[in-house]
Amino acid sequence: MASSHGAPPVFNNKVIAWIDHRLPIFSYIEKEYHTFPTPRNFNYFWNFGAIATVMLLLMIVTGIVLATNYTPHATMAFDSVERIMRDVPSGWLIRYMHMTGASFFFIGVYIHIFRGLYYGSYKAPRELLWILGVLILLLMMATAFMGYVLPWGQMSFWGATVITNLFSAIPVVGDSIVTWLWGGFSVDNPTLNRFFALHYLLPFIIVAVVALHVVALHVHGSNNPLGIDPKGPQDTVPFHPYYTMKDGFGVICFMIVYAAFVFFAPNFLGDVANYVPADPLVTPTHIVPEWYFLPFYAILRAIPDKLGGVIAMFGAIAVLFVLPWLDTSRVRSCTFRPIYKWFVLVLVVVLFLLGWCGANPPEGFFVPLSRICTAYYFFHFLILLPVLGKIERPLPLPPSIADAVLKKKAG
Amino acid sequence: MVASGAMAAVGAIATAWPFINNLNPAADTLALSTVEVNVKAIAVGQAITVKWRGKPVFIRHRTPEEIKEAEQVKLADLPDPETDNARVVDTAKKVRPEWLIVIGVCTHLGCVPLGTKQGDPRGDYNGWFCPCHGSQYDTSGRIRKGPAPKNLAVPEYLFTSDTLVKIG
Repeated sequence: MASSHGAPPVFNNKVIAWIDHRLPIFSYIEKEYHTFPTPRNFNYFWNFGAIATVMLLLMIVTGIVLATNYTPHATMAFDSVERIMRDVPSGWLIRYMHMTGASFFFIGVYIHIFRGLYYGSYKAPRELLWILGVLILLLMMATAFMGYVLPWGQMSFWGATVITNLFSAIPVVGDSIVTWLWGGFSVDNPTLNRFFALHYLLPFIIVAVVALHVVALHVHGSNNPLGIDPKGPQDTVPFHPYYTMKDGFGVICFMIVYAAFVFFAPNFLGDVANYVPADPLVTPTHIVPEWYFLPFYAILRAIPDKLGGVIAMFGAIAVLFVLPWLDTSRVRSCTFRPIYKWFVLVLVVVLFLLGWCGANPPEGFFVPLSRICTAYYFFHFLILLPVLGKIERPLPLPPSIADAVLKKKAG
Repeated sequence: MVASGAMAAVGAIATAWPFINNLNPAADTLALSTVEVNVKAIAVGQAITVKWRGKPVFIRHRTPEEIKEAEQVKLADLPDPETDNARVVDTAKKVRPEWLIVIGVCTHLGCVPLGTKQGDPRGDYNGWFCPCHGSQYDTSGRIRKGPAPKNLAVPEYLFTSDTLVKIG
């Protein structure tokens, strides 16, 4: 079943040829994952798409197994999770894999997004690819939030209360919407039931959007660290074996770190308050979301107005949808943008600072810090990006990928 | 063409409604009964929490100083202006300034404010303090400072005798 660039594959195995003639799955795999021409200059940042895919599948598998022992009822959920941890064979491992897996899924995806930001992967003709990615992020956030509610601990309950109450900020219909979301007058059993149903459903919707993400990716192919288009076969290598192997290596390295957390620090990224059963009458002294929501939580709290805070928080994600049109620079990769490359790193620092603010009570110097960082976040996207693209003088782009790669090797 | 298209749209909306409505509170949830509380044991200056419709309700036996403090606030100083008298009246229109009954849910994002238990922080206005995002309520449960937009809600209640109150 060998094939060269562009020519349709010929399958020597008769069964495969018979199937492929009627349902061309083998041709598809051959074209999209074997001969698929891929820029030859990927660095390790390009591993994170594959890593995120592996984490998504891992979350689905561990999640389905957990669901076989979990009881979505307000009086039984907490105990059923404890039973998984203590009595169910290997239950503790599957749950720690799922719990820690959520964090590592976000780590992988956040690095993947950073890659897109730094190397301008969102620019034409990959705008829809980027938008689908932001949609995946939103779906992931919804899924993670609802999953966190399921153990029905204190942080589950109060996290659900705070986040669903965000919708009460909507004028006029806000309170009715919140009652509708809850299915009652407070977060209670109906809420837990529907969250479980949706937490089971959404990952499969994510899989569907990921499929679209990959379809969009394979129209124009991957971006690369130089941000210039491949101009011919000398600039590319076939996806297999070059990048299947490199992705495999990246996945293994990532899994080593992940496994270290699963086995040696499974609760490091979580909150101890979630090992206390939910109590609707007592709010924990300090409500914090999981770490991957902290920057957005800090933005919510930075605005001293309820509706304003909610708008800012959702706006922080919404602005990513229009990013391809906010960046006016024609150069994709920050390698050739001498000013902007520093601002991308400043943005990362600001996001870490926001995360730090979100993890701490909204008092003292965290208040001004979170406000400054929130202002900077929006300044970066809404003012800096459009303006900088016009005034920045990019470095000269290399004539081709091959040229740049070979020169680097020689020099 | 237009007519059939319009009919299809009407049909689609009509079909969607039961699915949307399905998520609203069920009859048994709506039928949650009222709660009767005997307030005899609550000493002056004390407050208790009772559960009603899955939410905490604070009942505070206010001291004369707390009542005075609440009554003397200028309405112009309040983000959500309301007189103290309007907040301590039961469904029979009887005003009982010594009893303040409010739903213990912060109007910001729904946390339970601290200040009911003895030793809790009660904020700058001697009422309640929400630990989540720092909202502060006064001795009438009115919002004074912080991100919460409204006063703590007053549920419908009726004193059936001097010591028995029915909430809901």
